[in-house]
Amino acid sequence: MDEFLTNLPVFREAIGTTFYIVGISVVVGGLLGLALGLVLYATRPGSLLASRAVFIVVNLLVNIVRPIPFVIFLLALQPVMLATIGTTIGADAVTFGLTLAAAFAVSRIVEQNLVAVEPGVIEAARAAGARPLSILFTVVVPEALGPVILGYTFIFVGVVDMSAQAGLVGGGGLGDYAVTYGSQRYNWPVVYLTVATIIVIVQAGQFLGNFLARRALRR
Amino acid sequence: MNPVSHVRLKNVSKTFTRGRDRSRVVALDDVSLEVAKGEVFGVIGHSGAGKSTLIRLINGLEAPTTGEVWVGDQQITALSEKDRRGVRRDIGMIFQQFNLFRSRTVAGNVAYPLKVAGVGRAERDRRVARLLDFVGLLDRAHDHPEQLSGGQKQRVGIARALANEPSLLLADEATSALDPKTTAEVLTLLGRVNKELGVTILLITHELDVIRTVADRVAVMESGRIAETGTVYDVFANPRSTVAADFVRDALRDRPSPEVLARLRRTHTGRLVTVAVRSRTGLAKTFLAYGVAADLVFGGVSELQERAVGSLTFELTGPDDGIDAALAALRADGVDVTEESD
Ligand SMILES: Nc1ncnc2c1ncn2[C@@H]1O[C@H](COP(=O)(O)OP(=O)(O)OP(=O)(O)O)[C@@H](O)[C@H]1O
Ligand SMILES: [Mg+2]
Repeated sequence: MDEFLTNLPVFREAIGTTFYIVGISVVVGGLLGLALGLVLYATRPGSLLASRAVFIVVNLLVNIVRPIPFVIFLLALQPVMLATIGTTIGADAVTFGLTLAAAFAVSRIVEQNLVAVEPGVIEAARAAGARPLSILFTVVVPEALGPVILGYTFIFVGVVDMSAQAGLVGGGGLGDYAVTYGSQRYNWPVVYLTVATIIVIVQAGQFLGNFLARRALRR
Repeated sequence: MNPVSHVRLKNVSKTFTRGRDRSRVVALDDVSLEVAKGEVFGVIGHSGAGKSTLIRLINGLEAPTTGEVWVGDQQITALSEKDRRGVRRDIGMIFQQFNLFRSRTVAGNVAYPLKVAGVGRAERDRRVARLLDFVGLLDRAHDHPEQLSGGQKQRVGIARALANEPSLLLADEATSALDPKTTAEVLTLLGRVNKELGVTILLITHELDVIRTVADRVAVMESGRIAETGTVYDVFANPRSTVAADFVRDALRDRPSPEVLARLRRTHTGRLVTVAVRSRTGLAKTFLAYGVAADLVFGGVSELQERAVGSLTFELTGPDDGIDAALAALRADGVDVTEESD
């Protein structure tokens, strides 16, 4: 415990790093994923802005990228990282990879929930004379908002999980801390404290997500 | 073109191509139809007859394979999609499943078409309040659709459909998800929409009761074709097509089925005749005059557009030549009499 107290600043920094990685990945990846998901939904055959070519390309891209295990995805991204952010290690590299991975995961969640919107309400909006793009943003997205928020929450938990794993490849954050200061020194209280911290972060995110989804669904 | 016609379909056909094997379904087959301004026009047909397809052609949600669709002096099929959107704003539509936006309040649902049309906030609020008052739901303005009963949801649907003050309202099975009492309320409301606001209504249904409660004229559809068209009274008092006759029999249950007839024969020894009831038939007097006793064994009489319609089946006893003479006299009077053959 004494050792932990002397390491407190490191622990704080690890939490900060985790927040940094998770925060950027969830927000930026979430927005990118939303955009991708909207494109997937709107361009699919028979949809509002059906476009075979766009749908096939985007769909294929998502299908290829999504199943790649995250750690391998990070490795594969290294040339891209060098070209864009100039590094392949550290928190920024992990954030870069995690943002893209989150975007692809979110895109499917968004697409699935938009597809589940009742065709009848879209028909009602069309019958009112609304334009396809306006239907997408003023009808389809609001109708699907509750489930989409729950989907985001699910992705958030996954991102926290992956950020901890990424710590192992030198990204810093709570995963890295648990290994370096915990298990490698046989200091189990540190490990368990880290686990507890991650649980709190996940629970807080889940709680917020549920709360927002409930407001969107009014239940 | 006829100046009073509001909707006109000219030789419209619609073929859908389905699935991987590109199999074709003929949903509409050479349909011609005219709906006059200000009337309530009903289309009745069994499931799959092509009713929804027909109604969706009118506001251009679906395009015909061949033929022309006119609304007022505009040919829908010849317009660009942008112009079609403009036409849709002047056509209200209501649906079997109401299709309300769950993400919006009752007021928000009614306001939606106004937002689409670019109506300003103050005017929007004013119109929403007036519409909700018209359908009797002003006190529910801030509720969400799932807090309403089916009938209330459809009233919101009607208010939303009327938001842009359309001259035409399309109703696709608007009461099919409702119980009889609620159906009657919604139909009464549609009647008011027609009479008080002067809105032309085209409604489709598979229930004769809906047609006879609100419609002035009716088209009977079967397998993508129109079997017959006319005033509701003419079509259902004297159906010329089998579909129309079937709808009438199912709704009025006034004519004995073969099974009922067989049972009647076992218990009744006299001659069985079925008389169509229209206006006054002078039955009793005629039978009496020819010394024929008439015993009522089956039948049903109802009202269509404030006139009697139905039929009565009698067992006639007495001298055979007296019965023959009585039947001849009735026929000479224009009464529709059928002797039930064995
Ligand atoms: N988008 C579509 N693609 C393929 N076939 C269709 C499509 N829409 C309708 N059909 C077919 O066209 C025919 C007529 O359908 P329609 O929905 O117009 O019937 P309906 O009279 O409204 O029936 P219901 O009373 O069940 O609503 C049916 O055979 C149906 O399967
Ligand atoms: Mg239908």
